Amino acid sequence: MESSNTIISLVNVTKVFEDGATAVDSFNLDIKKGEFVTILGPSGCGKSTTLRMIAGFDIPTSGQILINGEEITNLPPNKRPVNTVFQRYALFPHLDVYDNVAFGLKIKKVPVKTTNKNGEEVVKMRHLSPKEIDQKVAKALAIVDMDEMEDRDVSTLSGGQQQRVAIARALVMDPEVLLLDEPLSALDHKLRLDMQVELKQMHKKLGITFIYVTHDQEEALSMSDKIVVMKRGAIQQVGTPEEIYNEPINAYVADFIGESNIYSGTMSSKLHVRFLGKTWECVDDFALNEKVDIMIRPEDVILGPEGKGVVDGVIDSKVFKGEDYSFIIKVGKAEVLCRDKKNREVGDKVSISVDPENLQIMHKEMMENQWTDCYINDKNQVVIGDDVFEADVTKLLKDGFIDDDGYLTSKAGKRYDLKDAGVIVECSFDDIIISDNLEEGITTGKIVSSVWIGDHYQDIIRTDDDEDFVVNTPYTWMENDVVSININKESLRLTLKKGLDNYAID
Amino acid sequence: MVNQENELLLTSPSEKKARFKRKRDKVIAQFIIWTILIVMYIPILVLIAYSFTTADNIGTWTGFSFDLYARLFTSKTGNEIMVALGNTLLLALASSLISVILGTTGAIGAFYSKKRTRTAIESVTQIPVVNAEIVIAMSLTVMFVFVGSYLFGGANVFSFWTLLAGHVILSLPFVYLSVKPKLQQMDPALYEAALDLGCTQRSALFKVVVPEIMPGILSGFLLSITLSLDDFIVTAFTRGSGLLSGEKTIETLSTLVQAKIKKGPIPPEMRALTTFILIAVFLIVLGITIYNNKAAKKNKVRKGRE
Repeated sequence: MESSNTIISLVNVTKVFEDGATAVDSFNLDIKKGEFVTILGPSGCGKSTTLRMIAGFDIPTSGQILINGEEITNLPPNKRPVNTVFQRYALFPHLDVYDNVAFGLKIKKVPVKTTNKNGEEVVKMRHLSPKEIDQKVAKALAIVDMDEMEDRDVSTLSGGQQQRVAIARALVMDPEVLLLDEPLSALDHKLRLDMQVELKQMHKKLGITFIYVTHDQEEALSMSDKIVVMKRGAIQQVGTPEEIYNEPINAYVADFIGESNIYSGTMSSKLHVRFLGKTWECVDDFALNEKVDIMIRPEDVILGPEGKGVVDGVIDSKVFKGEDYSFIIKVGKAEVLCRDKKNREVGDKVSISVDPENLQIMHKEMMENQWTDCYINDKNQVVIGDDVFEADVTKLLKDGFIDDDGYLTSKAGKRYDLKDAGVIVECSFDDIIISDNLEEGITTGKIVSSVWIGDHYQDIIRTDDDEDFVVNTPYTWMENDVVSININKESLRLTLKKGLDNYAID
Repeated sequence: MVNQENELLLTSPSEKKARFKRKRDKVIAQFIIWTILIVMYIPILVLIAYSFTTADNIGTWTGFSFDLYARLFTSKTGNEIMVALGNTLLLALASSLISVILGTTGAIGAFYSKKRTRTAIESVTQIPVVNAEIVIAMSLTVMFVFVGSYLFGGANVFSFWTLLAGHVILSLPFVYLSVKPKLQQMDPALYEAALDLGCTQRSALFKVVVPEIMPGILSGFLLSITLSLDDFIVTAFTRGSGLLSGEKTIETLSTLVQAKIKKGPIPPEMRALTTFILIAVFLIVLGITIYNNKAAKKNKVRKGRE
């Protein structure tokens, strides 16, 4: 029985906030008993909301959450067999370490079997005795190495110690599932590494299920049995750390997990892919001529003497990393990030090759911008969201032109009124012009993601009216930068939703 | 090498100037603090001094005696003063208690409601704080007259209870305003953590939220007491017959003094009483400080451990 092994199931869980923002979008996940599952993604991707829905602090807009096969979707947090370790610890400041840990135990009731006066066996609930509480608290504090500190006020503890108390406070309740919401993000780097190891050991020792939320990919890789990569409320990929690292499903996952080179290319023949101006052997079988993203990990790049590899390049920079060097190699305009133990000098000419096994080929997510909900206004401009762009509507009709009254007119003199006509608008990633001069564009938007693809960045810019513009740009922009967006009239391709004849006049 | 550099820096003209400035600022700051303290405490000290002489007018010293203290408990004026004191304390405690309960509940309710509701409640509660007290007093009077004539068939409703209501209304916004910042400072995850550890919503409120905002509740309570103790305007407008001694019109200390000085000097017994009040306040403050220090050092006893 596969299902008996599953402790938590999320079925089509969706959370839409009151302001209309979708935090989590039809999320499906099964978590096995005893697993260490990490939900990984950048801030705002909905990972914390997912955890909060499992804990019961947020109620899904739709979908179901099951624990041990029982639905708990609408159950309040105190009725769920899960406990949470909060990001900022959330220790009770008015209680000392001991009383913080004992807090839940003092409320907890345990079933006890007694016989009533009719001699029938009944199950009653009773509170734990002070002695039981004391034993449990002592044990929990010992697990997190805080048994010496039980009389301390929580405000006098360091961040790491507070975190330990927070973990003890949750563990003492014997939860079936422990939820950890970025528990290490407030600690300094060294302490974080130590706590990672300790958490992992605790997980092994206790054997309970851990659901861990983080934006730190290293943390996810080093601790988890299973990683769930999220982006904008949706799952991108679920897999073991090895699968996620070696076989990322798309450029987003590849870029988010570890260092990577990502290029866009084309399948040139069976088991051959063309990028960086060369044809490379690969092991992934994709459709001929499909546009794909190719990912190469820096440590998989093999450097050799000039002319001996697939493509030649020049070392542009090097950084000593201790156990090896990190090189950036220029191949034409493109850059290849690579790790190698052998020291080379900037300016050296090298060849690059990659074991076909290590070329990770991924379906391209989106080939170009497409806005499906646009219309043409009375000035023959196109409206995307709330923004008005100049467009060339004469392209809708061969040899068409705009007459003096503003109607699209055919060579034969037939006239079309395109006002309010619904259109699908397409535009290549390369044809969107962005600038930090906010006056320059038609509209402005915020950069919500920026992914380096070989020789350029692919940025997603979101406007105030929630339209996304995907842009290829050679320049580095920071996430949350506000930029102006402009598109040349010629670059917008319009497709009428209904046939042109529907708009004919006379 | 390093020392030399330091010395050079220390003796540079700009450093000298800065040191002089720092010293000067310190002297000025000390001067201001002491001036304020003296101005604040001299009247009180004068009052205490003159509570040991029986002259009607402050300024004439008719010899040292405890007579005023004795008269406080024996004379007719003394009796009036004690009744007024009783009224004042009863009123202050009762109104503050009610204000604290209503104000805290209101603040918590508003804090957890939707933004629009919260903003509305907040602006409404701020008006009485900045509003002139006379407006509150007048409007309360009008309302009580209205209530009396329409709901109680023209009866006079002015009594201890109207006075109590007046004082509650006076101090309620201050309780709200002292509790609100504590709620805002509180980590919202604390409430969730309590739920997570098995609390129902109500027990999470009492076990975690209330202890967290206790300092705000206490300062709201003290503020209410202070407001009520020395209030005159609302008291004068809303009082009726008394509870304690069956008097026709309830007197608090402020209204009593006001009534007395209409006819003559401030009753000298008041000087003795104010000295008592001062000592009581001093003892309370001292007690709180000692308690706080003691609580911190207290040995913890764990139940369930031999």
